[in-house]
Amino acid sequence: MNALPPSSANSTPMNTPTGVRPPFAWQALLAPVRRYAIFALLLAMLLGFGFAESAFWSWGNAMSVLQAVSVVAILGVGVTVTMAVAGFDLSIGAIAASSVMTASYSMVVWQQGALVSLLAVLSLGMVVGLVNALLIVRLKVPDLLATLATMFLLGGLQLIPTAGRSISTGLILPDGGTANGAFSPEFLALGRSALFGVVPLPVVILAVVALVLYLLTEHTRIGRLLFATGGNELAARLAGAPTARLKVLAYVISAGLAALGGALVAARVGRGDVSSGSSLLMDAVAASLIGYAVLDARRPNVLGTVVGAIFVGVLLNGLTMLNAPYYTQDFVKGAVLVGALAMTYGLSRRD
Amino acid sequence: MGVWLAGFQCAPCPATSKKQIFKLAFLHWRAAGRSIASTTLSSLVGLLTLSASPLIRIHGLEKSFGATRALAGVSLQVQRGEVLALMGANGAGKSTLVNILSGALQADRGWVELDGQPYAPASPKAAAQHGVVTVHQSTDRVGAAGQRVADVLLLNQWAAGRGPWFLSRASVRRKAELMASKAGFTLDLDADFGDISAADRQLVAIARAVAVDAKVLILDEPTACLSQAEAQRLFAVVRDLQARGMAVVYISHRIADLQAIADRVVVLRGGVIVADLHRPVAFDAAVEAMIGRSLHNARVRARQLTSDVVLQLQGVQLRSDSAPLSLQVRRGEVVAITGHLGAGKSRLLRALFGLGPFAQGQAELNGQPYLPTSPRAAIEAGVNMAGEDRHRSSLMPAGWPGATVAGTIALPHLRRWFPAGWLRPAVERRVANAAISRLGIKARSADAPIETLSGGNQQKVVLARWQSEPAHLLLLDEPFQGVDVGARADIIAALRADTQSATLIATSDPEEALEVADRIYVMDHLGLREARSDGEALALAA
Repeated sequence: MNALPPSSANSTPMNTPTGVRPPFAWQALLAPVRRYAIFALLLAMLLGFGFAESAFWSWGNAMSVLQAVSVVAILGVGVTVTMAVAGFDLSIGAIAASSVMTASYSMVVWQQGALVSLLAVLSLGMVVGLVNALLIVRLKVPDLLATLATMFLLGGLQLIPTAGRSISTGLILPDGGTANGAFSPEFLALGRSALFGVVPLPVVILAVVALVLYLLTEHTRIGRLLFATGGNELAARLAGAPTARLKVLAYVISAGLAALGGALVAARVGRGDVSSGSSLLMDAVAASLIGYAVLDARRPNVLGTVVGAIFVGVLLNGLTMLNAPYYTQDFVKGAVLVGALAMTYGLSRRD
Repeated sequence: MGVWLAGFQCAPCPATSKKQIFKLAFLHWRAAGRSIASTTLSSLVGLLTLSASPLIRIHGLEKSFGATRALAGVSLQVQRGEVLALMGANGAGKSTLVNILSGALQADRGWVELDGQPYAPASPKAAAQHGVVTVHQSTDRVGAAGQRVADVLLLNQWAAGRGPWFLSRASVRRKAELMASKAGFTLDLDADFGDISAADRQLVAIARAVAVDAKVLILDEPTACLSQAEAQRLFAVVRDLQARGMAVVYISHRIADLQAIADRVVVLRGGVIVADLHRPVAFDAAVEAMIGRSLHNARVRARQLTSDVVLQLQGVQLRSDSAPLSLQVRRGEVVAITGHLGAGKSRLLRALFGLGPFAQGQAELNGQPYLPTSPRAAIEAGVNMAGEDRHRSSLMPAGWPGATVAGTIALPHLRRWFPAGWLRPAVERRVANAAISRLGIKARSADAPIETLSGGNQQKVVLARWQSEPAHLLLLDEPFQGVDVGARADIIAALRADTQSATLIATSDPEEALEVADRIYVMDHLGLREARSDGEALALAA
């Protein structure tokens, strides 16, 4: 009997309070880290780059960073809205590129003014958004596949009217004619002018877009229902939410913002370049996903997306100033994304 | 014997062979036997009991999930060739016990012995290697459409890395035929697994169990989706396996099944065994043990209401070949529909909430024809529904906007409360705080994340959602799933106190129906009839 060392072997390891406390301490320590990590890193970068390169700390450079990220941030906000309904829009890059071509074609070939061209671009975006929504909501094509298909479609469609050539004044059309129009100065001002001469117009447009969509998603009934659709579509439907219409809205917003972003690109570049917008999709998606880590939101959020885009913009700007070669940029963006996702999903297990 | 067994339990693991048992007995005899002869005798008795050992010995199993004690010390023995029926209401601990035996869960405390060997499988695969095979109610995970039955039969062997590299159709068929004949029944081996009936799929799973020479077969609600004839065929198979010495643990809510097949009935309630009845089994006693009181006392005081009729079904058919349904629910009345899984309860509620049409006939709401085409239309007509499985049907994921107590309650009412579109959290909080105090919801605040609440409190929040605006009819599908007794009483009180709307509840647990309802209907095969007495409700639903 006494040969059996008994009950302690059967009972669980000691569950004293001291054995329980450490994980709590870790959690308490991690919470602010998770919450403010992106801001702390952003601050560290600002200080570090400013210290290494005095020109970094200047109004002009700050505005050039913001101008550089404005298009990506606008597209990212659109991605965020589709992610709120648990969807995904792969076609935004192609929409932006098609918008560049549409704007250029409208002005150079059709010789239309700025307003008509801008409206043409925005309506193209809305139509593509509706097509996406039709495929996804009505025909039940999975969102990734549907938007992948429209991405392909648009990528090809934008080449057809000009037989694959970039658009600028003097373009030889497929039918042999010459396009004699030019970019209207008002349209170019969209991308090149600055409000009161200090804040570039694209930055102002980004600020307006971000503010409107932040308020829409976080403080209105529509926003709550968009998130409800993405969080638990069945629950949203059983609560009487028009989930199909909400999804349509999300894809139209996303495509519309992508078209707006494309118009800004066209206005800055001043020509219809067939290769424009190629990196926009990945950058915008990355901004949205980095946004998950901002303030520990762990969900798509407009504020986080804008911060995420700025974060990447500052990093690239600083590295460029320090003469990092341009071909390292994608690697840097990828590394930031991996880090942000690891922080969102790895460090922050809620249960 | 008591002393001996106590020493036995203290051992880190139970004796692993007969030799060890003798050694243990001898040690014990040396230690204690010299003084008191009777102890020696009892230890010998203990030894004898062990040598004619049962196939499964379960001792003092405990398992908790958070604050919920699913198993609170279960000890049980199963003999070879025995068909043991496991009964118990939802949450009684049946599934936990079965999941521990089948390796899906690990016990917190206690041990299991299989054939005299310690048995603590880390996974269902490990359990199968020990000869314990579980056949679940849903057999769609046994194989997949597009596979032949013969392939599905051999799937396990291939997955385990046994079997040849090259598979010819003929060799597969030969092996599969061998398996089917060993199990003692015929299957169409060339049929597509996706095309065969649920009953045949179950037989495929059973044949796989027989092929690995399983000692224990666990059948979880095997007849839930089976017709009468199919069930009879299953019983014949089970009796055959029993005759070969296989122990069968059979879980079912259907008393008729258990009467047909069980040698012994073990009833669980609140994680402990409350009855262990041998053949001939008195099933009334089993049911009373299951619900924990006499059948006559389970009932709430049924009210005979004469208020106006809110919902009226007359000659409504759920399927064109199903029986016409008639149902009446009056204002302020609580009516329950009970019946086993798949009887059509959810289907009826879903149809009333605009999620599927009736095949024939229509409902009347307050005397007006009522044909909702969507949940939105139903809600606008004053019909609300809290669906089955609140996580799937009502709640937002953790950390998501609207995943608080206040947000959960507000979701369907946003349009009414915030016509301008601008959310005002103070309004949501006010309604939530009122609900928290009215229903006794245990939550830190109106802004507490919904996932931090216990199941019962989450269900109260879901109820508060639908009671926070006036409605004509409230439909509740399995509202007491994962709800503890205290919260259940609060919810029942809240439902019965509501005099403005009618309540229609679907529950597969007749005990719950008795606890909450003024009148009970029993549903079976999409047909509906009102239970004239409580016993009838229990018997019909069981």
